[in-house]
Amino acid sequence: MLNHLAVLQVVVPLLAAPACLILERARAAWLFTCLACLLSLGISIALFLQVQASGPISYAMGGWEAPWGIEYRIDALSSFVLLLINLVAVAVVIGANSSLVAELPESRHSPFYVLLLLCHAGLLGIVATGDAFNVFVFLEISSLSTYALVALGRDRRALFAAYQYLIVGTIGATFFLIGLGFLYSLTGTLNMADLAQRLPGLEEKRLVAAAFAFIVIGIALKLALFPLHGWLPDAYTQAPSMATAFLAASATKVALYLLIRMYFDVLGQEAVNALFPMGALLLVLGAAAVLLASLAAIRQDNVKRIFALSSVGQIGYLVIGVGLGSALGLQAALLHLFNHALIKAALFIAVAAVVCRVGGSRLDDFRGLGRAMPWTMAGLLIGALSLIGVPLTAGFVSKWFLVLAAMEAGLWPLVALVLIGSFIALFYVWRIVEVAYFQQRDGVAISEAPLMLLIPLWGMALANLYFGIDTSLTVEGSEQAVNFLMGSRP
Amino acid sequence: MMQSATHLLLIALVLPLLAVPGILLARNHPNLREAISLLTGVALFIVNLCLYRLGEGGVVLVEVLPKLAISLQLQPLGLVFGLVASLLWPITTLYAIGYMRGHEEDNQTRFYVFFAVAIAAVMGLAYAGNLFTLFVFYEIVTFSTYPLVTHAGTEKALKGGRTYLSLLLGTSIVFFIPAMIGTWFFAGTLEFQPGGVFGDDVSPSVLSVLLVLFAFGIGKAALMPFHRWLPAAMVAPTPVSALLHAVAVVKAGVFSVVTVVVYIFGIETVAQLPITPFLVYLAGASILLASLVAMRQDNFKSRLAYSTVSQLGYITLGAFLASEAAIAGSLLHIVMHAFGKITLFFCAGAIYVAHHKSQITELDGMGRVMPVTFIAFTLGALSIIGLPPLGGVWSKWFLMQGSLDSGYWLMLAVLSISSLLNIVYLLEIPARAFLKSAPEGATLQEARSTSVLAMTITALMCIALFIYGGDLYEFIRSARLT
Repeated sequence: MLNHLAVLQVVVPLLAAPACLILERARAAWLFTCLACLLSLGISIALFLQVQASGPISYAMGGWEAPWGIEYRIDALSSFVLLLINLVAVAVVIGANSSLVAELPESRHSPFYVLLLLCHAGLLGIVATGDAFNVFVFLEISSLSTYALVALGRDRRALFAAYQYLIVGTIGATFFLIGLGFLYSLTGTLNMADLAQRLPGLEEKRLVAAAFAFIVIGIALKLALFPLHGWLPDAYTQAPSMATAFLAASATKVALYLLIRMYFDVLGQEAVNALFPMGALLLVLGAAAVLLASLAAIRQDNVKRIFALSSVGQIGYLVIGVGLGSALGLQAALLHLFNHALIKAALFIAVAAVVCRVGGSRLDDFRGLGRAMPWTMAGLLIGALSLIGVPLTAGFVSKWFLVLAAMEAGLWPLVALVLIGSFIALFYVWRIVEVAYFQQRDGVAISEAPLMLLIPLWGMALANLYFGIDTSLTVEGSEQAVNFLMGSRP
Repeated sequence: MMQSATHLLLIALVLPLLAVPGILLARNHPNLREAISLLTGVALFIVNLCLYRLGEGGVVLVEVLPKLAISLQLQPLGLVFGLVASLLWPITTLYAIGYMRGHEEDNQTRFYVFFAVAIAAVMGLAYAGNLFTLFVFYEIVTFSTYPLVTHAGTEKALKGGRTYLSLLLGTSIVFFIPAMIGTWFFAGTLEFQPGGVFGDDVSPSVLSVLLVLFAFGIGKAALMPFHRWLPAAMVAPTPVSALLHAVAVVKAGVFSVVTVVVYIFGIETVAQLPITPFLVYLAGASILLASLVAMRQDNFKSRLAYSTVSQLGYITLGAFLASEAAIAGSLLHIVMHAFGKITLFFCAGAIYVAHHKSQITELDGMGRVMPVTFIAFTLGALSIIGLPPLGGVWSKWFLMQGSLDSGYWLMLAVLSISSLLNIVYLLEIPARAFLKSAPEGATLQEARSTSVLAMTITALMCIALFIYGGDLYEFIRSARLT
């Protein structure tokens, strides 16, 4: 059994999805999904500990050894990301029922869980597999389920948002596939470790560059990297609140994982930069994302949209870390990947709680909630402080590493930009805090959010505080991942 | 011995926080609620006195990153600040009881809760063992005082609160954080050390940039041009203004500046940096300009606010002069200005609550209506001006000596001119009150007794500080600076 953990990680949610379809009662489907996600979390913890103790795990699907068969490969990087996705999924699923009751008719609950599980399985698969074509398959599984999840939103605008995302996402997937096709025709292999070995010896540098360009653009669309982020604000705003919480905390993180995997592991940082200035490109795009998306967030009056644009900005930080290319920069990116997932999970679950009680997520809907929903707003405040990067929150730790990495590279304007980005975050976040705490609410009394939403919200909020104070897990986990990535290419 | 210091430091940090649940539980019993605040304040002062007797010790609370911990450390500079803040907390509470009830303010429980949190943060800041700890508590001071500034909840209060928060957090995010991470990057440590943490290999120009970042990043020190938050925060109730100006916020700022100069850079290093003259003159300009602005203010609290900006300039000036006498002068001025300015704010608030007068031109003849208040005001004003027999004379003395030691003759003139300006804009108030004729039908009517008691205590403290100024100076000089 223990030997099969690597594949079970993906199989459990993947099989749970159709099983969930059989359960027609919404509550039963919810409980079953909770169970599946908890099991999946347990598996990821076991994998994480196993990798920490004894190094990468390789699993040959059906006993066919790589590079002929499909290999599942869990190393320090993927076990770190798997753990994160599972944490977020559990938090979201626990709260999902209470939120869905308020947002969707009961007939749509079961499909929601099915899609969520499929998306979850897809994301886990991307991270767990060691096979590039398998990555594409799981990418499609997660994307297709995401389009449907977005379309579940109660507003008709959700359909348009989903349609928009569908088109952009499909283009992205196609680009990714074309890139893979190039690589396959060049090397005759799709196993990522095998690719990494064969690519350096190739003569056709230009083709490799083209392949990599296709792959990067494909990933960038999924990642919502500026300027390819157009689909994200609409999708996040229109999707059911808990779906947004899940996507914001996990989907973009997995896309970043994929970028790091391709850039550092498969093609190799130096090899890529010899072909074209990838690092510099990422730095410029990341910087633009931080600045422009954060500024755009200030002007929004829907809180979901504020946080969605903030996500685009935060992706900028992640990409800057990757673009710096140093061990410290990569570690900053991985830390922020983890911490930002916690931040956005907390924030979007809080928004879901507000939608659940008030019925909307416009800034106006937040009036006086500091008094009416004190626990929800306190949770949101903790998430917001972490987003700004206040010390003793998780957000501060990743900013610390990012600034240090920028200093190490001698890029002082970048240091300034990262900090100005945090400063802008203060503005858009504080508008919400001010409305919630200092404006009065008239009309019907609002009660505190249901307990089943407060539990995951506070779980995430406390995680934000915990990982701001005791950083041993995140810092060591990311350090091992970086050592693995940097060490794998001498 | 060390063990008890460890425990006491923790108690000093936690004690004000322990009052919070008590205050919340007693929210429907105002007398009990205020008694809890007051008693905790007195207990905290006693704890600080015990710390003073112990004199040394330290404790590491939690290690956030390798070699980067939240830790507390006893040292004379911090003790001075801790003692002042913990003594003024119960006195301000005493005053607030009279003010908040007399003014029938809403949300009084919230007020006392955040007051207690702010004091806890000040304790952490005073006894910080490294720059990171200092920074953490510095930010907590900002956040915990924000609800106090916006206490009224009106659009005007929110606007003031926005300025307050965005300037304080803005400077700390954009300047303080890079300065701190830069220090970590170049020195490899943030632990406070007499004489500084930087090795010889760090070039003076890098140090200069870092020092400037710190000077502006510690926005609470209100060095011009980042002083706007202080007048903006005047929308707060007067006890909060007293807290901001005397106990917590601005003192946290200037204390941080002094600490950074002494324990991160080292005074000898600062004295030689090419940027130092610029900062010295900037502080001098801040002193004079703020005084000139203060003269033009008719609103009582705004005039006091600009006076504070000016007085803070003295303390930052002392820090950047970076001689032993000047540092001692700075520390002394933290104490002297705390007691002087808090008296002035107590008086301003008392006049407002008892007679709803907030403009200086309305105060003609009020000295006969509120004699105790205006006598206290005069004492506080004289101390800030720096005349004997009040405490303020000592700090000015050592600041002047520090200017001479470091060869900044011009600063001597700045300090003298500023004293003259102080006389003009501060003594105008009692002069109007006592010398002009009283309004028709005015009878003797002071503010509530607790408020009057509070301002009497602080006014008498100004005199006591004159008498015991020498002891205080000796104690500050016992600190190891190099």
